[in-house]
Amino acid sequence: MKSLMENQENAIEVKGLTKLYGKTVALDGISFDVPRGGLFGLIGPDGAGKSTLYRILTTLLRPDAGTAVVGGFDSVRDYRQIRASVGYMPERFSLYPDLTVNENLQFFASLFGVRVADNYDLIAPIFGQLARFPDRKAGALSGGMKQKLALGCALIHRPHILLLDEPTTGVDAVSRSEFWDMLATLKEKSITILVSTSYMDEAQRCDRIALIDRGKILDVNTPAKLSADLGENLYAASATDMYPLLLALRTMPGVKRCYTFGATLHVVAGAGFDARKTVDVLAASGLRDVRLFPVKGDIEDLFIKLAGDE
Amino acid sequence: MNRETVISVRNLTKKFGGFTAVDNISFDVGKGEIFGFLGANGAGKTTAMRMLCGLSYPTSGTGTVAGFDITRKAEEIKRHIGYMSQKFSLYDQLTVRENLRLFSTVYGMSDAAIKSKTGEIFAQLGMENMADTLVRDIPVGWKQKLAFSAATMHDPDVVFLDEPTGGVDPVTRRKFWELIYRASSGGMTVFVTTHYLDEAEYCNRVLIMVDGCVRALDTPAALKERFGMQTMDEVFRIVAKDAGRAD
Repeated sequence: MKSLMENQENAIEVKGLTKLYGKTVALDGISFDVPRGGLFGLIGPDGAGKSTLYRILTTLLRPDAGTAVVGGFDSVRDYRQIRASVGYMPERFSLYPDLTVNENLQFFASLFGVRVADNYDLIAPIFGQLARFPDRKAGALSGGMKQKLALGCALIHRPHILLLDEPTTGVDAVSRSEFWDMLATLKEKSITILVSTSYMDEAQRCDRIALIDRGKILDVNTPAKLSADLGENLYAASATDMYPLLLALRTMPGVKRCYTFGATLHVVAGAGFDARKTVDVLAASGLRDVRLFPVKGDIEDLFIKLAGDE
Repeated sequence: MNRETVISVRNLTKKFGGFTAVDNISFDVGKGEIFGFLGANGAGKTTAMRMLCGLSYPTSGTGTVAGFDITRKAEEIKRHIGYMSQKFSLYDQLTVRENLRLFSTVYGMSDAAIKSKTGEIFAQLGMENMADTLVRDIPVGWKQKLAFSAATMHDPDVVFLDEPTGGVDPVTRRKFWELIYRASSGGMTVFVTTHYLDEAEYCNRVLIMVDGCVRALDTPAALKERFGMQTMDEVFRIVAKDAGRAD
């Protein structure tokens, strides 16, 4: 199994993958490759098809058309091999709440025919604080701890490929950072990681990302390249009262889009936009301390552009 | 800014056995304010919010919400607040219209009020054509707007939003925040928790809880200046980093 994997340039190859639920097209002929050893992000809104894709890659669903090859194995024909060689963390917490931390770990180890001690070195850095509560029931752990335990269980058989479906949803900023530090460590151990997220700061930490929306891949590239290719004339705007500013900017000539962006608003300027004139008009309307200056966009701006107004 | 006080809390404490979940917190929230309630997982946010909603009795300390004492008038408080969380908001097996009907009945609204308010919500959200669709079949963005409308259809003085945008994409999150802005500009007080720190920038004031205590409370601009940082994300990381409670 291992040798097969080592000969593959890509850990995951998806070609023309399609999945229908009745009349709903969840995946619409998508194709992309995840290079071996990479940290690959899947970015898209709810309902984009991300979880369906994970279920196909983990052999829990069969595609209606197209193929998915995971670690050199076909997702339909070789489902047994795939199940043995990937680690999967589904979107919802799916450990046994009535089992303790240790019992969960032992349960997953025994499913894969390994001993916890065999691969404990891999999960030891993740476990850290968790190791202090071996007898606490999984259901009684906090969000961040549950997530670490789930990652530990997904890694206990030392998989080549780790499939993580929105692992950090509902997790605070500090714990999220720690989680991504762990992913970086796992990547150094040559584990390929496919991770989906709704946090755009996490997208920036991936080697490559695929933007997915309504069952289609919109773009695949490095975060830097995607941001550079945004191709929008972007401004940041602020004033003392931000909500009236947002409403006012949307009515100004040449404003294609205006949306909140942290402490400022972002304005996508189109034909007929005049920054100086816009500031004058806004100030004359009674808004105080109006500022407008050009900025570079990032993945979040790109996402908003691509997702459009549906 | 001088605002009428809608939430007032003094030395509020909640212990579970030997564990102090909320440790002597005090703060005020003004009418129409968007008040961001931040903290790491396990900091005590949910426990504090449950006491403010009249769902949990404090171990010690006092507080009023919408003019009612949180220990003695819990039932009155429930009539004057709205509550929405990411985990519980709407019934999937009921239609959009049935959900609104259920919530308004629970709030004790009259038939006439229910009818006019439901019409108003459909018109405002532009979702008349979805009125008889099961909630489980509507897109998540709509679900959120509907949940917010359901939580506020009795025009509460305060609406409590517990991680309303968890796991939601950037476009949908922004649309949701525009509902918050609109409610606030109409005088409703919004008490909101979030893990998205760009959303902390949209609040009038932000409170950061660490290990059950209030560690920071000010406007986003003042907090950023105090910590010499450009974003609330950086401020949060500094303030929350030394949390002793292993979340």
